[in-house]
This record gives sequence, structure tokens and C-alpha cells, in this order.
Amino acid sequence: MKSLARRRAVNWLMTGLCALALSAALVPLVSLLWLVISRGFAGLSWSFFTAIPAPVGETGGGVGNAIAGTLYVVGIACLIGVPIGVGAGVYLAERGDTRFGDSIRFTAEVLSGVPSIVVGIVAYGLVVLPMRRFSALAGGVALAVLMVPTLARSTEELIRLVPGSLREASLALGVPQWRTSLRIVLRTALGGIMTAILLSVARAAGETAPLLFTSLNNQFWNWRPDQPTASLTVQIFNYAVSPYPEWHDKAWSSALVLLLLVGALSLMGRWASRKKFR
Amino acid sequence: MQTASEIVTQAGEPERAPETSTARVNLPDRAWVAVLSVLGLGVLVVAALIVAELMRIGGPAIAHTGVVDFVANSVWDVTRDVYGALPYIYGTLVTSAVALVLALPVSVGLALFLTEMAPSSVKSVVSFPIGLLAGIPSVVFGLWGLFVLVPVLRRPIEPLLAKTLGFLPLFQGAPIGLGYLAGGTILAIMILPTITSISIEVLQTVPGALREAALALGATRWEAIRIAVLPYARAGIVGATMLGLGRALGETMAVTMVIGNSPTIRASLFAPGYSLPAVIANEFAEASGDLHTAALAALGLLLFAVTVALNVAARLLVRMSRRGPSRVAA
Repeated sequence: MKSLARRRAVNWLMTGLCALALSAALVPLVSLLWLVISRGFAGLSWSFFTAIPAPVGETGGGVGNAIAGTLYVVGIACLIGVPIGVGAGVYLAERGDTRFGDSIRFTAEVLSGVPSIVVGIVAYGLVVLPMRRFSALAGGVALAVLMVPTLARSTEELIRLVPGSLREASLALGVPQWRTSLRIVLRTALGGIMTAILLSVARAAGETAPLLFTSLNNQFWNWRPDQPTASLTVQIFNYAVSPYPEWHDKAWSSALVLLLLVGALSLMGRWASRKKFR
Repeated sequence: MQTASEIVTQAGEPERAPETSTARVNLPDRAWVAVLSVLGLGVLVVAALIVAELMRIGGPAIAHTGVVDFVANSVWDVTRDVYGALPYIYGTLVTSAVALVLALPVSVGLALFLTEMAPSSVKSVVSFPIGLLAGIPSVVFGLWGLFVLVPVLRRPIEPLLAKTLGFLPLFQGAPIGLGYLAGGTILAIMILPTITSISIEVLQTVPGALREAALALGATRWEAIRIAVLPYARAGIVGATMLGLGRALGETMAVTMVIGNSPTIRASLFAPGYSLPAVIANEFAEASGDLHTAALAALGLLLFAVTVALNVAARLLVRMSRRGPSRVAA
């Protein structure tokens, strides 16, 4: 039998190690946020948000087209991905208690673990090959495929949170099933679903890998879905791996803009559901 | 004594309201169900599309090279149309292994700290930055890795490792910073929130009675965790680790930016290497011909197959452990 003192010592040692794990997780996070803010802030100016990138050696220039491009591609992704994802979630919640529903649910869970670069190849095959050019549409399809599984799962969970008594009350009043689903159940869950959509949009806006060979990049403004389009993430990648120090500065500034965008979307998401449930 | 659910079962199912048989009411309902079913099918269609497209684009390369040569050959020469994926597979496995070795103890320790040790006020404060870590785009991790982590590894960490553990082939060679170790470290940081949050979820399902029984028998807090909590949660934590591994295998940007992008197989963790997602990211847009594109897509197919297999296994484990350990044993 080990002595009590020794057992206590082990207890405190392990508690200390677990607390140390906390700092091991926080140090990289704090370092990353601090550097993005401190190194990125200097490069921010009005023209950084509105101008197109300047060639090497020239000062000035911005990532206006990349910000617009990210929003554009993500917008296309929403148009395709949100109806399918939310619809599938409603199906799972309303009709999903079958073996078939379970297989859809499991597929969605597994799909959410598929690497995003693989999804990029799929969008390349679906859109870039037939159109014979890189395009914003292809990037949108890639991001939509990434959005569907997570959106389906979170929508289902949110709809299942709606109290059964609400649905029963509506049905008892003679309201048909479809109107009950749309007007009572979906409407009650709407705030939460908005949150889920905004969070998945935030995630999509931060994706780089599936855009590398779908929407590619563009040094100029583009508003056509069938043309290559710049995006913040691809721009950060290109700036970061370039050999020019002034482009590295731009990478940090662009990263700050990206974090602000992603953060704003997440905050809007939190706010959407808070307002609804209060 | 009857529990509430038993009483309800005895009372029988509540009677269904008589169905309105008028076609006028039922038709929209049927249409609604049909629309929903089609949308539900959408998930399966997406899955089928992914498999079909990867096979269609990647198939020619595997037909050209043969499955065994494709996976086992270490030469990747685009000009001669020789495609061997071994250096990329090796790099992916090594970086993911490094990531797991680094992230697993930290994640489980953190999860234990938050669920079993820390007061709830600490827990609510800490869960926010962990969520934040999960939300940072991978290209930003790559940027940080390239300009912060790599220089720190180059000096002092890699020379230090070489001095203390240099007798192992893992820690020999020039400390250049860019390489397997950098890739593995950045992956560890990125999968940490995944493993931690799922482990927390699993740990919360451990019945309080188990823990209390151990404490009542005189166990210290750590002993209660070791005897009662961890065995119960083991399957779930293994599942969480596999989900983290799945993320590590497929993670692209951060690894691409710090691994050094050299298609070689080296024993040393300091050496530059390459990974499956990284080579797809770097070469796909400028692939020199149909066969090159096909070979890269075949790498994607390989990656897809491995991550799906991992995810299926992991999800099953997490599901089972949520229902309790008896099912896991069976």
C-alpha cells in the first residue's frame, strides 16, 4: 500500500499537469492573435479595403477585390448550400426517425470529416472541367458541398429543441402538417437556424484549400460567376509564401481583415439566436 | 415504485387523432413530405457525387500506374509520367503522428481539468478561447507557423532536441525549421480543440455515482479519475482522437506552408517533407497534363477513403460510448 502522502503528491502532480495543459493550449492562441493584430494593424488603411493589389515593388494597393471575392463566392455557396443543408435538417428532424433517416444522419456526420481539399477536386470535376475555366461558381460549389453536412446536422438538432407541445397544439387546432412544420416549428427554430447558417458561412469564408483550383485568384475586380475570382484566404497564402517582405506585411494585414470578417459573422450568429430566444 | 416512463408505457400510446381523409388536406402534406425527402436525399447525393467525381478524375492515373505501384513507389516524376505517392503518404502519416503525440496528452489533460478539477467559473471562461482556436482559418495558422513557429523551431527548439535526444535518428540533421516537426506541431495546435471538446462531451456522460463511489472509498481525485472516470470514457476518447487524426490527415494549408514541400522520405523530423493535401494544393491548378491531374485526384481519392474509414469508426465509437460502456464491451 502506497503511503497517503505519496498518493496526495501524485494527485497534486497530475492536477498541476492538467492545469499546465491549459496554458499549452492558450500560449499559441494568444501568440497568434497578438501577432495578427500587432503586425496586421499597421497596414490597414482606407485604400487597403478598397484598392486592388499593387504589383511587387510598388507601395500601396489593397485587397478590396479579395474581400469582395470572398463575399461573392460565399454568397454563391449560400444560395446552393443553405436550401439543401437546412432542408435535409428539417427532413431529419421531422421524418428522420427511420433507418433511412439514420443513414442520412450518419452520412452527414462522416461527410463533415472529409478534407476540404478533396471537396475542391470534386468541384473542379463538376464545374471547372465542363466550363473549361476556373470560376467563382466552382468555388461556390466547393464551399456549398462543405456547408451541407454540418448545416443539416445542426438544423436537425435545433428543430428537435422545439417543444413537442407547440407542434401538438398546432395539429390539435387542425392546422395541416406542412403548415405546422413551416409556420410553427421552423419559425420557432428560426433564430437558431440563422445562427447555424452564419457559423457555417464564417467557416466557409475561412476556407482556402478548396478555392485554390476552383475560383483560383484574380488581380482585378470580378463580378461574373464564370470568371476566376480573388479571395482573402488565397491572397493571404500567396502573400505569405512570396519572397517579398512587404507582401508578408500585407499577408498579416489581410489575415487581420479575415479574422475580423469571420469574427463578425460568428458574433452576428450568436446575436441572431440570442435575440430570438429571449 | 414506478418511474414516470413506466406509467406512461402502461397507459399506452396516446390515441392518434382520426386522420382527415379529404384529399384536399392531404395533398399539400404529401407534397411537403416529398419535398423534404428530396432535400434529405440531397446529403446522399452529395456523398455519391464526391465518390463518383474522384473516381472519374482519378481513375485514369490508377489504371495507368496500378494500385500497388501508386501507393508503394517513392518516385513522383511528372515529366516521365511516373506517379508514386509514397513520400506524400509518409509525410502525412509522420506529421499526423507527431500531432497526435503532442495533442493527445494536452487535450485529454485539458478536458479532465475542465470537467473534473476546475471550478465551473474557470470552465465557462476557458471554453471561449478553445472555441476561438477552433474557428481560426487554417491559412492564418499557416501564416503564424511560417513566421513564428518555424523560426522558434529552428532555434532554440531543434538544436535543443538534437543535443538531448540526438542519439535517436528522429532528431538528427540540420535544424532548418521547415519540416515534419513544424507540420506536426501546427497540426497538434489545430486538432487540440477537436479532441478537447469531444472528450469533454464524453467525460460529461460519466455517471456521477461512479466518481462519488471512488471518492467515498478514499480515493484521491486523480485516483477517482484513473479508476472510475477514464475507463468509462475510454472508447469515447479514442473516438475523439480518431476524429482529430482525421482532421490532421486532411488539413492542407497550414501544413503546406511549413512542411518544406520536398518529396523525399527522411527519418529525421527536422527534414523537409511533403504531405498528400499539400501536393494537391501546390500542383493541381498548374497540373501539366491530364495524367498529372488524374494522379493528384487519385491522391485525393486515397485521402478521402482513409478519412471516411477513420470517421466511420470514430463516430461509431463516440456513439457507443455515449450510451455507456456496456455496449462497447459487447
